[in-house]
Amino acid sequence: MVTYVFDGSMEGLLTAIFEYYEYKPGKIQLVWNKHYQPTMLGETHTIINDKAKGERVWNGLKKKMSADWLMKFYRAYLSEVPQTFQDLFDFARYIFDNPKGAEKNFGNPHVMAVSKMNRMVGRERHRFTAFIRFQETADGIFYAPAEPDFNVLPLIANFYKNRFADQKWIIYDIKRKYGLYYDLNTVQTISFEFIQNIDTSKKRLSNDLVSNSEELTSLLWKDYFNSINIPARKNMKLHIQYLPKRYWKYLNEKDDKN
Amino acid sequence: MSDRIREKLSILADAAKYDVSCSSSGSTRKNDNKGLGDSSASGICHSYTEDGRCVSLLKILLTNHCIYDCAFCVSRKSNDIKRAAFTVDEVVNLTINFYRRNYIEGLFLSSGIFKDADFTMERLLRIVKKLRLEERFNGYIHLKTIPGASPELLSEAGLYADRMSINLEMPTERGLKLLAPDKSHDEVKKPLGFIQNTITKFKDEKKTGLIKSIPKFVPAGQSTQMVIGATPETDMEIMYSANQYYKDYKLKRVYYSGYIPISYDDRMPQIGSQPPLLRENRLYQTDWLMRFYGFEVQELLNPKNPHLDTDIDPKLSWALRNPEQFPVDINTADYRMILRIPGIGTQSALKIIQARKFGKLRSDQLKKIGIAYNRAKFFIRCADSPYQLNDPEPQHIKHLILSESNSKYLKVPQNQLSLF
Ligand code: SF4
Repeated sequence: MVTYVFDGSMEGLLTAIFEYYEYKPGKIQLVWNKHYQPTMLGETHTIINDKAKGERVWNGLKKKMSADWLMKFYRAYLSEVPQTFQDLFDFARYIFDNPKGAEKNFGNPHVMAVSKMNRMVGRERHRFTAFIRFQETADGIFYAPAEPDFNVLPLIANFYKNRFADQKWIIYDIKRKYGLYYDLNTVQTISFEFIQNIDTSKKRLSNDLVSNSEELTSLLWKDYFNSINIPARKNMKLHIQYLPKRYWKYLNEKDDKN
Repeated sequence: MSDRIREKLSILADAAKYDVSCSSSGSTRKNDNKGLGDSSASGICHSYTEDGRCVSLLKILLTNHCIYDCAFCVSRKSNDIKRAAFTVDEVVNLTINFYRRNYIEGLFLSSGIFKDADFTMERLLRIVKKLRLEERFNGYIHLKTIPGASPELLSEAGLYADRMSINLEMPTERGLKLLAPDKSHDEVKKPLGFIQNTITKFKDEKKTGLIKSIPKFVPAGQSTQMVIGATPETDMEIMYSANQYYKDYKLKRVYYSGYIPISYDDRMPQIGSQPPLLRENRLYQTDWLMRFYGFEVQELLNPKNPHLDTDIDPKLSWALRNPEQFPVDINTADYRMILRIPGIGTQSALKIIQARKFGKLRSDQLKKIGIAYNRAKFFIRCADSPYQLNDPEPQHIKHLILSESNSKYLKVPQNQLSLF
C-alpha cells in the first residue's frame, strides 16, 4: 500500500486522484499532511498541487456526473474530515471506473459515504443560515462570530449577500480564523487583521463598539423568546435535539443558559 | 420608553403563542430591489422554544383587545388580563431590527378584533404595506385574515402577504358553537374561498402571458388551525374535516394545536390538566401520510377505527390492519407501495428505487440507505431474506416492535413524564 500525503486542499485532492491514474500504484491511503505520521512501513508519495491536473480531474468528474453531484462532492470536501478525504478519493475512482450514472448506486459504500457527508455538511450549512446572530457596530456594520463544525462559510456567502443586500456585514469563523465581509457590493474573504479591534474570545461586542439600538434590540429578542414559551409543553429533550448545546454560545436568547 | 415597549412585546407575544404555525416556507419573494430580505423556499427555524417548537417568525398580536368572547381564547373580552396595543411603527421597527440581526425570517401578524373587522384588517394592512413599500422588506409575512373583513381589504392584503391564514378553531361547527356561539365555520370558509379564487385568478393571468409582471398574491398559500381536545370530536372527525379543507381550499397546511387549558370554564378541560401532546403528534403523522405518502384519509381512519392508536404510529397501525398487503418485495414493488412500508420514509424510498437498478438489494444495503430496518424487516423481502413458510401474526409483530423500540413508543410521552 502506498500512502499519498496531501495538503488538505481541493486542488491537492484532485491532483492525488490524477496521479493515481498516472502511476496506478494499487491500493492507496490518502492522508492529510496535518495528520501524517511517518512510519517505516510502506511507501509514501507527497502530492505537489498541480492546477492543470486538478482541473482535468474536475472536468472529468463534470463529464461523468450531474452538477448536483459535483456540489455534493464539494460539500463533502468542506467537512475537512480525514476519512472523508479518503472516501472522496475512492468515490472518484468508482465514478471514473464505471459507466455514467454510477453515482446513483446507493448500494455502493463510497457513494453512500459521500452522500452521507454531503448531508451532514448541508445540515451544518443550514444551521448557519439559522443560528448566526449579528450585532450592529457603532459604525453600522453587522458583525457575527461563528464556530461551525465544518467549513461552511463558502456555502453561506451568497445566502447572506442576497438577504442583507442593503447592510454591511461580517461573519467570522473563530476556529478557522477567517471571515466574510460584505461591503454592499461584493463579499470578500478577510483575515483576522481585518477585525483587529474586536476581541474574538468574547461572544458579545464590548459596549463601546456597538450601536445605540443594539442593547435594547437584543433585550427585546430575549423577552420575546421567553414570552413565547409554553411551560405546559416543556420538552427539553426535543429542544436540545433541535438546538444542540454547542450552538448556544452565540445565540443571545440563550445567554443566561450558557 | 424601553420599559413600555418591553411590556407590550411580552403581552402581545404571549397572547399570540397559541397559534402554532411558525412556518416560513413556500414563498418565492426575491430581493430584487436591493432592499432587505430574501425568502428561503424551505423556511428557516432561527431558534427553538424549550418545548421544541420552531421559532421562525416574530409572532405577535397587534392588540389583544377584543370585542368577542370565545371561551377557548386568552384574549376573550371577559378575561381579566393586561391589555396592550402596538402602534404601526412599533411593529415595523421590531420586525426590521430583528430581521437585520438574523433573529427571524419575518413577521406573523395577528390581532384581536377591536371596533370591527374592517377597522382591524385595515390597521394590519397598513403595517404590511409600510414594510413592503417603505422599508423595502422582502422577508416573510404571514398575515391573519380577520373574519368578516371586506373583500377589498383582503385582496389588497394578499398583494403584500406571503401567507394568509384563518383559524377554524374547533374541528367541527358543533364544537365551535359550543364555545363561541357568535362564530361559525361559514365566516371562515368565505374568506378562504375568496382568497383561494384570487390566487387562482392571478395564476391563470400569469399563464396567458399577456401581462408581463403579474404581482405575487399570497404566494405561500393559506393555512388554518384547529384546537384539539377542547371539544369532544373523534380523530376521524378531525381528520375528515382537515381533509375537506385541504381539498376545497387547496390549503398548504392544517395545524393541530393541543388545547392548553387557560380557564376554569367547565365546558373544557381545567387548568392544570395536560395538553394532549401525543394525540396531537398522531394527528400530524396522519396529516403527513395524507399529504406525502399517498394515503387516503379513509384508509387511516374510518367508522371501524375512529381513533388513532396511541401506542403505535398510524402507518404501522395501517400495515398491521392490512397484513394481506405484505410482505413487499423491495426489489420489484412500485414506489407507491414502498412508501407504505413502516420504517421507510420518502428519502429512503427514492434511494431504493435508484439503487436497485444496479442489482438486487440486500438487507445490509438497506440498513446503510437509512431505513428503520428493525421495523421494516417484518414487512419486506429483499435479496437475502430467508424463506418463510408462514407470515407472522400482526399481533405478534406489534409485540416484537414495541418490545424492541425506544421512548418513541412509550405510552406516556417523555415531556409529560419530565414535568414532575
Ligand atoms: S375573536 Fe379571536 S382574539 Fe377575539 S376572543 Fe375570539 S379567538 Fe380570541
